[in-house]
Amino acid sequence: MTSVSGPLLKVNNLQVDFGSGDTVTHAVNDISFQIRDGETVAIVGESGSGKSVTALSLTRLLPTPPAHYVGGEILFNGRNTLALSENDLRKVRGKQIAYIFQEPGTSLNPVFTIEYQIAEAVQLHRPEVTDVRAEVIRALDLVGIRNPAQRLGDYPYQLSGGMQQRVMIAMALACQPKLLVADEPTTALDVTIQKQIMDLLRDIKVKTGMSIMLITHNFGIIADIADRVVVMFRGKIVEDGPTGEVLRHPKHPYTRALIDCVPKLGAKQRRLRAIDHAEIEASA
Amino acid sequence: MPSTTTPLLQVENLKVHFPITAGLLQRRVGEVKAVDDVSFTIERGTTVGLVGESGSGKTTIGRALIRLVNPTGGTIRYNGKDITFLRESQFRPYRKKIQIIFQDPYNSLNPRLTIFKIISEALEIHFPAMGLEQRRARVAELLGKVGLKPEHMDRYPHEFSGGQRQRIGIARALAVEPEFIVCDEPVSALDVSVQAQIVNLLQDLQEELGLTYLFIAHDLAVVEHISDFVLVMNQGKIVEAATADAIYQNPQDPYTKRLLDAVPKI
Repeated sequence: MTSVSGPLLKVNNLQVDFGSGDTVTHAVNDISFQIRDGETVAIVGESGSGKSVTALSLTRLLPTPPAHYVGGEILFNGRNTLALSENDLRKVRGKQIAYIFQEPGTSLNPVFTIEYQIAEAVQLHRPEVTDVRAEVIRALDLVGIRNPAQRLGDYPYQLSGGMQQRVMIAMALACQPKLLVADEPTTALDVTIQKQIMDLLRDIKVKTGMSIMLITHNFGIIADIADRVVVMFRGKIVEDGPTGEVLRHPKHPYTRALIDCVPKLGAKQRRLRAIDHAEIEASA
Repeated sequence: MPSTTTPLLQVENLKVHFPITAGLLQRRVGEVKAVDDVSFTIERGTTVGLVGESGSGKTTIGRALIRLVNPTGGTIRYNGKDITFLRESQFRPYRKKIQIIFQDPYNSLNPRLTIFKIISEALEIHFPAMGLEQRRARVAELLGKVGLKPEHMDRYPHEFSGGQRQRIGIARALAVEPEFIVCDEPVSALDVSVQAQIVNLLQDLQEELGLTYLFIAHDLAVVEHISDFVLVMNQGKIVEAATADAIYQNPQDPYTKRLLDAVPKI
């Protein structure tokens, strides 16, 4: 059972393949990392590096086939989620590991009010709660939605992208998860709204003490929030370390390239540095 | 003839208002002032950045310039000539000179057409004398210019990544040999690493072909990097207009400061 000293999440030699035979792709290829209680870990990599596959694997959300969990284990609170029965897994999904995704607009159901959608999550995962409405209001308040009681009847289309993402976060938080997996939560949003959402996540992390796994392609947004960074390149982890350390002294050329390609204000570079994959492959 | 000192584009007091209608008879009950009395000029061969949040009206300006929406008032002068209220037939020559690159590389390419067809459609309209072989040669040349291979022309959009699709969108814009390109958030939907490639490509093409850009984005870091001059837009109005250096070093408007503050810093 829950060991006090052990990490909340421990991934050991995870391997996830897509397809089989000649056309097999090793989307995640023998990776190991861990997330401790209350820790925020950023998984950084480009599209196709395997970061979302890793996130979805935590609660076996990938459709099988085409995905195959080929090897390794995912220990959450000491229990291997890859070996759990569907029934036991359902108690982990949403309740203990909650997700927020990139597109808040498509993650919300357009025909139900936000109260209905958040209440549904509360009732499913926390049957002991008697005053569900109060719980929904509390969650909306936590994510910085003003006058939450008045917003209960709103439909998703009445909210802006930033507000929709707040509702998604409220829904995730309403179940009081131990781990929040945020898969590119701000990629579809304006920079100004991105800042608000990142500030909100940092705020929530302090208030609730939960662990966050933040998935992004942008090294620019993690400096203020992540305790540790895991860098993924073509299904493998190429670097793992404390955020400040990785940003200041990246060890792997790919990490350096990812940091360099973020445009910096006032940097006066003639050209942005693009990533030369062949070069990285050769030097790795 | 316009002299070489005439700015390529002069926009004066541009207004684009959208009606708000209500009721069975769709009576007009108000209007949204998407673009409200905006003036700016773009010099030939330069890049002007237009930055602002969603809903600030920046895309509407871009669309008004290429006549995807009709202006409500003001004047747009292209090369000294007033093109604001030209009839569609009179405007057609300008469709060749003014092109646009869209934000979303997934929805802006017809999924049922090959890359050759997508790019050569514009050639068929604007260069009717070109034969099939000439068009294939031209498409191959354009693909080369944007860093793709000639053999890609017989494939379909779904076979390409987001960055490659944006390159195809750029090749399509270049096909008719435009002078001026409205880049409407061309990198917002891309990974940062791919964003760098596309921004570099746009800069290379500008140097090679002498293009003029209006670069629309919500990310001030990208705009500052690519632009000579920056316009900051908020609620339909331009709240600050200055060189890229000045915007960064000495922002005047509180809204500009807020945008600067939102840029992630490493």
